[in-house]
Amino acid sequence: MEKRVVFRNRWLPYLLVTPQITITLVFFIWPASQALRQSVLLEDPFGLSTKFVWFDNFIELFSDPLYWGTLKTTAIFSTCTSFLALSLALLLAVMADRVIKGAVVYKAALLWPYAVAPAVAGVLWLFMFSPTNGILALTLKSLGYNWNHVLKGGQAMVLVVIAAAWKQIAYNFLFFLAGLQMIPKSLIEAAAIDGARPAKRFWTIIFPLLTPTTFFLIVVNVVYAFFDTFGIIHAVTQGGPYKATEILVYKVYKDGFIGLDLGGSAAQSVVLMVIVLALTVIQFRYLERRVQY
Amino acid sequence: MVENRPFFTVLTHIVMILGLAIVLFPIYIAFVASTHEARDVLSTVQGWFGGNLIDNYTTILKSGKATTGGIPVGHMMWNSFIMALGIVVGKISISIISAYAIVYFRFRFRMFFFWIIFMTLMLPVEVRILPTYHVVASLGLLNTYTGLTLPLIASATATFLFRQFFLTVPDELTEAARVDGAGPIRFFFDVLLPLSRTNIAALCVILFIYGWNQYLWPLLITTEKDMTTIVMGIQAMLYVPDDINEWNKTMATAILAMLPPVVVILALQRQFVKGLIETEK
Repeated sequence: MEKRVVFRNRWLPYLLVTPQITITLVFFIWPASQALRQSVLLEDPFGLSTKFVWFDNFIELFSDPLYWGTLKTTAIFSTCTSFLALSLALLLAVMADRVIKGAVVYKAALLWPYAVAPAVAGVLWLFMFSPTNGILALTLKSLGYNWNHVLKGGQAMVLVVIAAAWKQIAYNFLFFLAGLQMIPKSLIEAAAIDGARPAKRFWTIIFPLLTPTTFFLIVVNVVYAFFDTFGIIHAVTQGGPYKATEILVYKVYKDGFIGLDLGGSAAQSVVLMVIVLALTVIQFRYLERRVQY
Repeated sequence: MVENRPFFTVLTHIVMILGLAIVLFPIYIAFVASTHEARDVLSTVQGWFGGNLIDNYTTILKSGKATTGGIPVGHMMWNSFIMALGIVVGKISISIISAYAIVYFRFRFRMFFFWIIFMTLMLPVEVRILPTYHVVASLGLLNTYTGLTLPLIASATATFLFRQFFLTVPDELTEAARVDGAGPIRFFFDVLLPLSRTNIAALCVILFIYGWNQYLWPLLITTEKDMTTIVMGIQAMLYVPDDINEWNKTMATAILAMLPPVVVILALQRQFVKGLIETEK
């Protein structure tokens, strides 16, 4: 869509886009191109000489079992987080859509974990699962289950998944509720007259009509689990124990910023860029059209 | 509701209340812990409020946690506030003017600029950690408020939101303004800006939360303790030996870290929902 009526000015439009373009070029495009460049270079630890090594960094990266481990961890983490956050939010949204009395209160109370920073959400759950004084850890212990996420990788993963999903429920809830409220009531009434009970109505009418919202939310949740959960991982587990919760973004940070492996970190950045690119393309090309019904 | 099923209605409320309990429980537990003395939360679980509320909060606000550096949490909150405010003002101003240029002018490289802005969407900080750090370092912006905010204010989503909105503004307004002799700058300030008020308010809410909750970026570029923001300051409080861990103060800091964004969301709920749903489109 374009405007028919526009202003004519030789220099003003350039002046108006300058701040944004400058910042984008300096802090986004230039560093990204540097990451691309470094991913095909090998630099010695003192930065004295660099050598062009084609795709050696990538070959090294993908022949490293640790990297595959991180990929697997990321896949498990993002699948579990998205599934948990989406299913709970859908359940609550369907219920909230039915509620007449108290709907405003429910909605307001469910919204606000969105405002809690991922790292803070992680700290809240860390406290509840703290082996010596956390309410949930001690409850589990009294039931005979020994909880210690500091030593057990599987439990650490459960902890970060719960914290990450908890924070994301509010967001999913809002979008599901908006999607539910767009479904014409006449469809549901017609089904009810035909004798479909609530559960049947949900699976045959409401859920299929929600597919566009669900697809959109799946993409958003995967992006969230990949990139925005860095704070949770860093604050709660530091990728441990024994890399059990080391996701891709955390590994880039650790290898590049702490390990100072320029080429390897840059190659990982490039892999991440490809992932973001793919997700963005899916979001814009594929979902945009499906959202209309 | 299409039919009356009393049993189902009760079930609905039960599920909602359980959902609320799951959502609110961690915060209740944290708040309760923050009102006790350190030794009372060291190895036992507290279910009800203690008497140290004012004491704990004034201590951490004024002098921080002694075992972990002791930067006053009040100062951390100030840093977070400056950062969030800088991001809100910066993002909104640069994206509204660039959206204005792209919608209301025809100029060479217009689409090229549009695509550059679009690219920011695909390059979150997380994928370009080291090189961005080097740029900021070579500009001498480490440990400065400028360094904390400036690299984060380029935003495709805000620009797109304003672009979408400007496209819905009727052309007749522009024509009328031109007939009356208003130039592009006058038109922007007298017509477009007042019309964008609700969009700006919605964005303010979303961006304030975004700015306040930043974690990775401050972690990278602040090394001096007095530049710590509260969200990353909490992390430093966690790694101390178990027997001297003052969970009460850590939890008080967690409560303070979530207070401003939560207040903003609850106070401006309508703008928040609007902002959230529209920036994602």
